[in-house]
Amino acid sequence: MTRDPKKSDVERDIDDNLRKVYREMVEQEVPDRFRDLLDKLRQSEQNGDPEAKE
Amino acid sequence: MSAPRAQPDPRDEIINFLPEMRAFAISLTRDAPSADDLVQDAVVKAWKSFHQFQSDTNLRAWLFTIVRNTFYSDLRRRRREVEHAEQTPAEDATDDRGADPIIAVMDFEKAFSTLPDEQREALVLVGASGMSYEEAAETCEVAVGTIKSRINRGRKRLAELLGHDAGDTRGTTDD
Repeated sequence: MTRDPKKSDVERDIDDNLRKVYREMVEQEVPDRFRDLLDKLRQSEQNGDPEAKE
Repeated sequence: MSAPRAQPDPRDEIINFLPEMRAFAISLTRDAPSADDLVQDAVVKAWKSFHQFQSDTNLRAWLFTIVRNTFYSDLRRRRREVEHAEQTPAEDATDDRGADPIIAVMDFEKAFSTLPDEQREALVLVGASGMSYEEAAETCEVAVGTIKSRINRGRKRLAELLGHDAGDTRGTTDD
């Protein structure tokens, strides 16, 4: 982790919090619906569904 | 050795960006169910317009751009519906003044959620996701200087809300 010496403690505190909150969100499990959605998009394209290509 | 049909579909990469797309979406919508709907719409759009993606550019920035464009176009549509229904001017969520003038020690996430959309996204992109100012500017389709000023204003506002005096370490006063 690089520490920018020009940053104040407050800024550092804010950035630490931002990263923490973001990391927590990224670490959440991605709902299955997205895998299903991508499968469906690929399938409808393979089946020649014009909707999926345009 | 010849690679047997080793041409990967770049769209297979989308799945690897879903956690970050969701994180970015949650920071825009401020709640997970709306964020999931947003990501769902963005994934469909990305899939269908993938021919517009240039493989030498940054896929994450491209996907994030779709997430945010979808977010803002939904927001505009909803506002039009509200205005239409109520005949009152819609609240401007991109207003720079933040939510309330309360200066009190707030929980970080709560404070963050009161910032204007544009400041939240700039802070998340640069402060949390690790994008450079240039990548964030590309994602938000604005100038680098605009991203920098949104970040500065966002940090300043957060510092106030969290009970710090921006640029100063004195305690909070109620001036």
